[in-house]
Amino acid sequence: MSVDAETSSANRRSRILGDLQGGRNIAVAVASTVVFFAVVIVVIINSAGWPEVRKAFFDRQLFTGSFPEIARAFLLNVRIFCIAEVVILVAALGIAVLRGLPGPVLFPFRLLAVVYTDLFRGIPTILVIYILGFGAPALQLSGVPNSPFFWGVTALVLVYSAYVAEVYRAGIESVHPSQEAAARSLGLSHAKTLRFVIIPQAVRRVIPPLLNDFIGLQKDSALVALIGPIEAFRQSQIDVAATFNYTPYLATALLFLLLTIPLARLTDWLVARDRRRQSGGGLR
Amino acid sequence: MNAKEAALSLEGVRKSFGSVEVLRGVDLNVGEHEVVCLIGASGSGKSTLLRCVNLLERIDAGRIFLHGKEITHGVDANKVRRRVGIVFQAFNLFPHMTVLRNVTLAPTRVLGKSRAEAQAEAIALLERFGLADKRDEYPDRLSGGQQQRVAIVRALAMRPDLMLLDEVTSALDPELVAEVLSVIQELADGGMTMLIATHEMSFARDTADRVCFLDAGRILEQGPPEEIFTRPREFRTQQFLERIIAAGRL
Repeated sequence: MSVDAETSSANRRSRILGDLQGGRNIAVAVASTVVFFAVVIVVIINSAGWPEVRKAFFDRQLFTGSFPEIARAFLLNVRIFCIAEVVILVAALGIAVLRGLPGPVLFPFRLLAVVYTDLFRGIPTILVIYILGFGAPALQLSGVPNSPFFWGVTALVLVYSAYVAEVYRAGIESVHPSQEAAARSLGLSHAKTLRFVIIPQAVRRVIPPLLNDFIGLQKDSALVALIGPIEAFRQSQIDVAATFNYTPYLATALLFLLLTIPLARLTDWLVARDRRRQSGGGLR
Repeated sequence: MNAKEAALSLEGVRKSFGSVEVLRGVDLNVGEHEVVCLIGASGSGKSTLLRCVNLLERIDAGRIFLHGKEITHGVDANKVRRRVGIVFQAFNLFPHMTVLRNVTLAPTRVLGKSRAEAQAEAIALLERFGLADKRDEYPDRLSGGQQQRVAIVRALAMRPDLMLLDEVTSALDPELVAEVLSVIQELADGGMTMLIATHEMSFARDTADRVCFLDAGRILEQGPPEEIFTRPREFRTQQFLERIIAAGRL
């Protein structure tokens, strides 16, 4: 039994390299990978349209020429999603807590939270950005910024808070009711039980799905371009329009990947670590 | 003994879950410094009764008094729970906190004690029950018996004047039962008022001042342990004890 348990936990160590045990398996994996990609590359290079595509997408000179400017514009994406992520972490938790409020008196708050999540998960992000980006400034509210940057970030916060609130809620509901009973039996109020007992456990459990949503958010920061701000995607569009060559798009894609891939790996690592802890935890 | 003198008094307590009536009119008094054991088959309502006293469940009918003061309705449940400790079958320690944090959470956050004061008291309690060296461990690292002792210490840290124990040894490996029972014995010797739901008949016989046999949501029979265990009057009590003896538990 212990041998089985050990192999299976070793297999779970990494989703990609998990079952590569021993020299022979690794050799087979390397060989099949090389063959697979060689075939793909040969097929692409020998296709009829390859010379045209190569010129349009893989122009080295244009790449190095446009990259610095796009990278500078990408800093705006970073600003957009960094600000949005901080606000979302707090706002979504608030919504999740509202939704879990007990008792009939607080029903309106629960209803509000349900309507909110339904609404903003149901409308395409791009529409929320358009409606807020063009509609909100037209209201000419005093004391509220009119910049498309502000409303773009607000739109992303509204949409992603709805998703992340659901993630939090799943986490809160996954904490066993006996934990709440134990906390309440010590005299802790509902709020203090949430704050000290339920939420700390819930947050730990939802870190992987939460990071997953943030990967989506980072990509969607490009949508803010549609209401004006010149971020990486918009900048590459400008470059493409000037040169009639699509290489700048590739540079933009690369920039996004440089950010999202490490985050994806971090998510995987956290999931694996969690699993290791649980299997090594002994008595629950 | 009437409701005014008793530490805890229940009058005609009823509780249903959906269409199932779990408690069908329970009358019970627990005096100051008295140890009362609830025995009875699984599903007879022992756990529900304890949870109702702690107001974790709201009763459908009847009245509950704590030191003569009615707590059935219109009281701040959080205030009542400060004075009534409960220990659960499954320990229910907070897995993300060290032993010391588990014990000091309620004293600091509910009673408003300073961290230093709460810690000093917690350490004294942990020492008393042989857990001083575990203060910085997380619950998952402890044996079941140690976890349950920590759970008892956590409840005691609120200085309750009534302790409810809900089959606290049922989730333990047999060799770990004794260490938990000796803690309860020590509490009983110290004069703690306790209402204990238990399957440990020999423990009930040795420790309880009074044993109540719960059957189908009612207290069918109660009395001193020697009387209940040797000369039960009710047929259902006799049946239950015969099954227990056949299982080698008495």
